[in-house]
Amino acid sequence: MPEYQNIFTRVQIRGPLHEGVPAPSGAWGRQGKPFFSYLLGQIGNAQVGPIYLGSLGVASIICFVVAFEIIGLNMWASVNWNPIRFVRDLPWLALEPPAPAYGLSLPPLQHGGWWLLAGLFLTTSLVLWWARIYRRSRQLGIGTHTAWAFASAIWLFLVLGFIRPLLMGSWGEAPPFGIFPHLDWTVSFSLRYGNLYYDPFHMLSIVFLYGSVLLFAMHGATILAVSRFGGEREAEQIVDRGTASERAALFWRWTMGFNATMESIHRWAWWFAVLTTLTGGIGILLTGTVVDNWFLWAVKHHVAPPYPHVYGHVPNPTATTGISTTGAGANQ
Amino acid sequence: MAMLSFERKYRVRGGTLLGGDLFDFWVGPFYVGFFGVVGGFFTLLGTALIIWGAAIGPTWNIWEINIAPPNLSYGLGFAPLAHGGLWQIITICAVGSFGSWALREVEISRKLGIGLHVPAAFSVAIFAYVSLEVIRPLLMGAWGVGFPYGIMSHLDWVSNTGYNYINFEYNPMHMVAVTLFFTTTFALALHGSLVLGAVNPAKGETAKFTEHEDTFFRDFIGYSIGTLGIHRLGLFLALGAGFASAACILISGPFWTQGWPAWWGWWLHLPIWQFGGH
Repeated sequence: MPEYQNIFTRVQIRGPLHEGVPAPSGAWGRQGKPFFSYLLGQIGNAQVGPIYLGSLGVASIICFVVAFEIIGLNMWASVNWNPIRFVRDLPWLALEPPAPAYGLSLPPLQHGGWWLLAGLFLTTSLVLWWARIYRRSRQLGIGTHTAWAFASAIWLFLVLGFIRPLLMGSWGEAPPFGIFPHLDWTVSFSLRYGNLYYDPFHMLSIVFLYGSVLLFAMHGATILAVSRFGGEREAEQIVDRGTASERAALFWRWTMGFNATMESIHRWAWWFAVLTTLTGGIGILLTGTVVDNWFLWAVKHHVAPPYPHVYGHVPNPTATTGISTTGAGANQ
Repeated sequence: MAMLSFERKYRVRGGTLLGGDLFDFWVGPFYVGFFGVVGGFFTLLGTALIIWGAAIGPTWNIWEINIAPPNLSYGLGFAPLAHGGLWQIITICAVGSFGSWALREVEISRKLGIGLHVPAAFSVAIFAYVSLEVIRPLLMGAWGVGFPYGIMSHLDWVSNTGYNYINFEYNPMHMVAVTLFFTTTFALALHGSLVLGAVNPAKGETAKFTEHEDTFFRDFIGYSIGTLGIHRLGLFLALGAGFASAACILISGPFWTQGWPAWWGWWLHLPIWQFGGH
């Protein structure tokens, strides 16, 4: 079927470069001379730039670079400053949090102190970036939905690196910086706390993660399917419904019996994405603090499937003696 | 009638792939079509078999119901119903049902005069399911490696299959897939936020349109992909995630049988590292 499917742009139009809607900006203006990129124009807008730096943006970038350098230089130091080994071993290198014995105290730099500093600068960078988003939204006169969505991601980040370690009484509970090492942390975490697949908030988070991917496939495909009617002009279609929105809605109504509107699909989208990290953070927060072993929790609540007893009966310790509530590594 | 205010004018005949006018009608809001009938049959049969499987099992607890594939010893043969045969027939019903759903979506798209992007996208998801329950078992010589039908039990399958390869996180395609999943969710949050922010502006402001959307993202990160581009990007990320997921499990077993951490040995033992100290 040799019909154009609107996946890549066949004819790129060049108009005047757009300097952006005028907006208040304190001491800063927009930086950079905008230019056109042919490659980007194949899939989306061709114009790149200008960018708005702003005080919050610059402060955020500085804090991020500091964190990045602390992490990177510590990794390099761990291979004795050998540049060959640094490149070869980079995926395995780490900046580890303090050992559990230090509890919540400030350890020496070489024994977790750098991790704490990197975490502090990275957190500051993210909070400043959040403020940048919020302020820019207000200055442009649009809603602050982007900022609040980002807040959900920051919630998960803070739970993992700050809130849960605080409740557990040990910085050592937090994940290390490092590509493979932070993955090893997730496996260890799941093994230590009785298989995280049995954590109901972990389940919810996965539902929303997979659901988000499902929704974007559905929404992206739907808009492309009605792009011949201008469906991608969503804000316009929301305030003045056209045949694109009507056909899009009817496609889903006829397929699955119900449908969204051009606006409400974006609410479905926003909530699925935001709930992924919101519920995920809750699931992590409950682990080790409220529930020590998720599998045994599931057995107690009649959620764990009964498999045939191949190895003989093993009594459930939580059913008879109760769970001890000292957190792992707590420094008495 | 279950029709939207503008719906009547769109309910026309035509667009069908098979059956012509015979099944070209609606039941409530649902379009039927030939594939609605065929799909309905597979769905009902498959669901009934799942209920039967639960009935011959030890529990009706929705979380604990488990219909397992045949034991590995049955290889690629047909197993007795109560020992994996039910799972096999349910799998056939699932493939029939999902395929019918996709073809029904094609008929609906043709009737509405819109593109076929949705059924095309859904086909990637069907491919992922078929990879897990058909292709990989075929390549590994046993239906028993497929995942069971059960809410908690299918999670146990994921966990156990993962540990079979020591640490599944080291599977490079798994890393690609996870990255694509997280990036899709991130992009969805940005897109949902941007549109909602434009049409639900600050108090006292009027609704905003493309110029404001583009300006916000150029100010924010120096680039705005645009209204058409974000939907192409979202679809590409989502389908990439689905495809990479299918790929990551297909290579586990049929093409790589050791632990996944060991796979990275090719990088660690590249001859070029000899030229530095190590």
